[in-house]
Formats: sequence, C-alpha cells, structure tokens
Amino acid sequence: MTTNATHMPKKRHDAYAIKRGIKKWGISIFRGLLLFGLCFMIIQPMITRLLTSIMEEKDLYDSTIVLLPRNVTTDNYMHVANMTSFPESMINTLWLSLLVALCQILSTTLVAYGFARYDFPLKKFWFALVIAVIIIPPQTISSSLYTTFANFDFPIIWNAITQKGIIRGITGNAVNLRGSIVPYIAMSLTCMGLKNGLYIFMLRQYFKGVPKSLEEAAYVDGCGTMHTFVKIMLPDAVPIIASCFLFAFVWQWTDVFYARSFVPNQMHVYAKELSTIVSKMSHYFNAGQETAMVVPAGRQQQLISVGVVICAVPLIILYIFTQKTFVQSLAMTGSKE
Amino acid sequence: MSKTKKVHALPFKTRFVNAFKVFIPGNSVYRTIESRQARTGVLFILPFIIGFIFFMAAPMILSLWMSLCDTKLVPGGYEMTWNTFGNYKYAVAIDPYYNQLIVDEIGRMAINIISTLVLSFVLAVILNQEFKGRTVVRIIFFLPVILSSGVLPGIERQNEFYDMMQGVAQSVEDASGINISASLENLLSVSGVAADVFDVIFEMIDSIYDIIMASGIQIIVFLSGLQSISPSLYEAANVEGCSAWEAFWKITFPMVSPLLLVNAIYTIIDFFMKNDNKVMERINLVYQKLEFGYSSAMSWIYFGVAIGFILIATVIIKKGVQYDDN
Repeated sequence: MTTNATHMPKKRHDAYAIKRGIKKWGISIFRGLLLFGLCFMIIQPMITRLLTSIMEEKDLYDSTIVLLPRNVTTDNYMHVANMTSFPESMINTLWLSLLVALCQILSTTLVAYGFARYDFPLKKFWFALVIAVIIIPPQTISSSLYTTFANFDFPIIWNAITQKGIIRGITGNAVNLRGSIVPYIAMSLTCMGLKNGLYIFMLRQYFKGVPKSLEEAAYVDGCGTMHTFVKIMLPDAVPIIASCFLFAFVWQWTDVFYARSFVPNQMHVYAKELSTIVSKMSHYFNAGQETAMVVPAGRQQQLISVGVVICAVPLIILYIFTQKTFVQSLAMTGSKE
Repeated sequence: MSKTKKVHALPFKTRFVNAFKVFIPGNSVYRTIESRQARTGVLFILPFIIGFIFFMAAPMILSLWMSLCDTKLVPGGYEMTWNTFGNYKYAVAIDPYYNQLIVDEIGRMAINIISTLVLSFVLAVILNQEFKGRTVVRIIFFLPVILSSGVLPGIERQNEFYDMMQGVAQSVEDASGINISASLENLLSVSGVAADVFDVIFEMIDSIYDIIMASGIQIIVFLSGLQSISPSLYEAANVEGCSAWEAFWKITFPMVSPLLLVNAIYTIIDFFMKNDNKVMERINLVYQKLEFGYSSAMSWIYFGVAIGFILIATVIIKKGVQYDDN
C-alpha cells in the first residue's frame, strides 16, 4: 500500500490509510455479525432438539430450565426406537437409500453423457422433457402411479382404463407390484426417481465442460465408445458424481412421498415411520392401560425431536465428512446455461 | 461446423424422415458416421426415454383421465365413471378450502421467491469472499439442504404443541410489544411511509428462518456462478479505476444474472412441492382417503397454477437479464 502512495503528501496518505482501515474493519465486523446471526439461526433449532431429546419429562415443565437438562435420560430414545421399530427400519432405510441412489446415479450419468456429447434426432425435444420432469410435481402423477403399479399389466394406460390386459388375459388377474420394491428400482433405473431431472442437468453441465479432445484422442487410439466413457470420462467425473450420489442418498433417506407410494406396507422405513409418529404415540403409551391417556403436547414435541435427531444425525455426520467434495464439485459444474 | 449448417438447411420434412431413417438399416442415411453417432447417443439416453414414456407420460395421461372421472375402489381394482369436469368444478366452486388455500399460497410464494433470490445472492457473494472460518460457515449454510428435505420440515408442525406455541407467542407479542419487528412496524406506519411496502418487508423478515432453510441449493448455484467469473475481469476493472461497488454492478451482477432464472424456477418448484405446503397437505389428505379422481383434479389445477407462475417469472426475469451469446 505504501509503495502505491509514495507520491502523495504524507499527511494525506495517513488519512487515506485510516479511512481504508476503518472501512475494512467495518465491513468485516458487519459480515461477521450477519453470518454469526444466520448461522445461529440455522443451528439453534438443531441444538434445542438435541438437548430436549435427552431431558426427562419433568424438566420440560420446569420453567427454570431453558436449554440444559437437569435430569439426563435416554428413555426417550428407547420409546422412539420402539415406536419406529428402530434397528430394523434404519437398516432398511440404509440399504434402500444406497440401492436407489446407486440406480439413479447409474442411469442419470449415462443419460447426461448422451445429452452432453452426442447429436441425435429430437435431442432438443428430449432435453425439454428432462426439464419438464424437473418441473412436474410428482404429486400430480402419484395417484395414477399407485394404480398403475397396484394393477400392473400391459399395455399400461389401456389396461387401467378398460380393466383389460395381456397378463389379465392369461392368468385372470393383474399383477400387484405394490408388495415389492420393483417399481422403486424400475423408476430409479429409468431416471424417474426423486429429483432425477436435476441430476441429469447437473451432470450434463459438467460433461459439456470437459474438452472433447480427450475422447477424440482415445477414439484415434482405437478405444471403443463404452471403453472411452468408462476409462476416460468417468474417472475425472468422480467428484461431481459423488456429490450427485450424496444428494440422491440424502433426499432418499428423508423422503416420505415416494416411500409412502412404493415401499411395501410391511416393510419399515424410518422416514415413513417418523411421519406417523404422532398418531402412534397414544397407541404406544396406552398399551396395557385401562384408561386412555392423552399424550401431553410438550411430550409429543419432545418425542418428535428425538425422532428428528435420530434421522438427521447420520446425515449430518456424513455431510461433514464429505463437504469438501460436495462444495468443490458443485462449483466445478460451471454456470453457463 | 459447415456440416451442421447443411443439415439444418434441409427442409423440415426431410429432416423428420431422416430422424427415423437413422435407425432403419439398408438406406443411405443409416450408413453415415453421423447416424452411427446418433444411434449411440440415443442408446445412452434410452433409460430416460423408457422411463419418461412408462413412468411419466403414461401416468400423466392416466391421471388426466382419472381427474375427469369418479373413481371408486372395488375388490381387485377400481371403477371409473366418466364425469367430465365434475371434479374440477367441485374443486373450484364447491370445496370451501381449496380456493382459499391456493390464493394464500400464491401470496406467500410471491414474497418468498423474491426474498429467497435476494438473500441467497447476497449470501453467495459473502461466502465467495475470503475470511477466517469460511469453511465452517459454508458447512453450516449448506446444512439446510439436508435439514429441510423430505419428512423433516413438516413433522414439527404436525402436533398441537406447535399451534399452541404459535398462539402463545403471538399473544405475548401483542400484549407486551416484545416483538421488535412489530414495534418497528408500528413506528414506521405511524409516520405514514408507504405502509403496504413495510408490511411486505416485515413479513419477509418474520419468515427469514423459512427462507434461509429453503435457500441452500440456490446459494450453491449462485456460488458456482460467482466462482466461474474470471478474476482478470476484476483486475482490469481495478486498473481502470473502478470501485468495488461499481465492479459489483458492472461485472458480478451481469455475469451471475442468468442464474437468477434457474434459481427462480427451482425456488418455485421447491415451494410448490413442499410437504408442509397447505395445498399439498390438502391434496395428500384427499389422496389418502383414496378419492383418486378428485385428488388428481386438484393436483392438475395446482400444477397449472405452478406452470403459470413459472411462465410469469421467466418473462419478467428474461426482460431484465443479460445473456451472453452462448
């Protein structure tokens, strides 16, 4: 700074430096306060939940206790674990989320590469449909998907309207796929899962940014299409694919909408169990008692907090370990539209 | 380059026919290297094509059909009786809640979109600067991507305690004037400065928690835009004597503004599909009662409103945004 201002009179230089210094400090103090406030706002509910989840019930009604529990207990966790059939539902959630996210990323990567690199007839049309898939709320088609899979038959629409179909013609009954996870996997393998249009879009942005000369060199050396894709393109794309996978995994983990529609009723999935926890409470606490008791509202809130903590903590830990890949690779996708 | 131009110079009909000839062996188009490329490309996107036809287009047609029918579950399937626009008429004219809910949601959304865009843009600019503890702050700011997904945001509002607390908090605020924004609002509206504008602004401030929980992805998108701006632009501007404020409006904003549209659309969709959205709750309720016809009709109306909203946002933003030629 001094070298820049050597030609100026000394006095003015000092005033200038002080002014700049104050401005700089002012900005960073303002920024610090703003960011601290907003960060606090994001984290505070989580901390509150964590602390209320280990309180005993009587602490809830003690007005001298604001956040820190006086009597620490893990009973709440036990109750919630019982209500949500805990170890089983968590294991189911884990493998289902992994499987579904894997299928989704496999198919979306292929499709995104196709869109980024090849020219084919009706390309713009199909890509417009990808955007449409992002925009169309799944709720619009949820009821018809339900009926499609509950009475699965070919040809798909015709059978629903006329109640006639090929399988029904042969065996007399349509197949009920609702009892299995086949529909879930089928939809994931064909890019129709939760927010898959978004992943196609993101991956396509990435592949478009990779220089074409890489593949051309491979083709010249006699490398086939699939070989080039797997050996040349994929290794470089690992970070962005990993972050898409994380998105898919996390959103699958907390998803209730698809879980309600496609997961068989007898299979416990944590998010699904959590979403009905309030109605289960009275049943759970009144089991074996003669007079029905209403679960107090504060207690309900506490048990919900426990459920949310159980659901979110694995994800937060996962996120903290992977955040570097996550943020960096998303920055890499670039912004050209 | 010249090749592609030549293809596009062909009349539409020829191009349309060629699109099919690419896949049929035994003609002149099939053997060209372009059609081999085209076939490989289609093979790559085949999963999407299949998925779209079977799990998107077909259910949409069916759902449109169902919304025009009365559906009734019977053993071994369900029965549909044609009911033209009965369901739609019921939703719009007879259902006491539906219209009101949609109007409420639209009002809330218009405010939310604007504040989400502004807030996420400002935060992205801040998070793009160098300061101590940036990594930690970034980790925290992207937490909402996890914490506001799926079952988590809606579950809190499911019980009476939440409603009760809302009521208590409101009455305490009313009685004691503890609420800072409310007392500020009183102060400002007494002095009579554009009371309506302040109403909107205070509503934004009051719902800042919801907004920040919904803007994780938007911040990421803006941040990726900011990071793709070449630093040499700022250097050049600095050499020319451009202040930071000018650089912001002349470089940063125009470079990132195309992303405004992407973010606006994402925000609208995200808002429309949230589980704690009142209209969505109502549709799910009807859906769980297995009144498929009526719930389809309601979601089609809702979808129409969403599309309308997206179109309006697109038109407004495209007018004010500069695109480069790419």
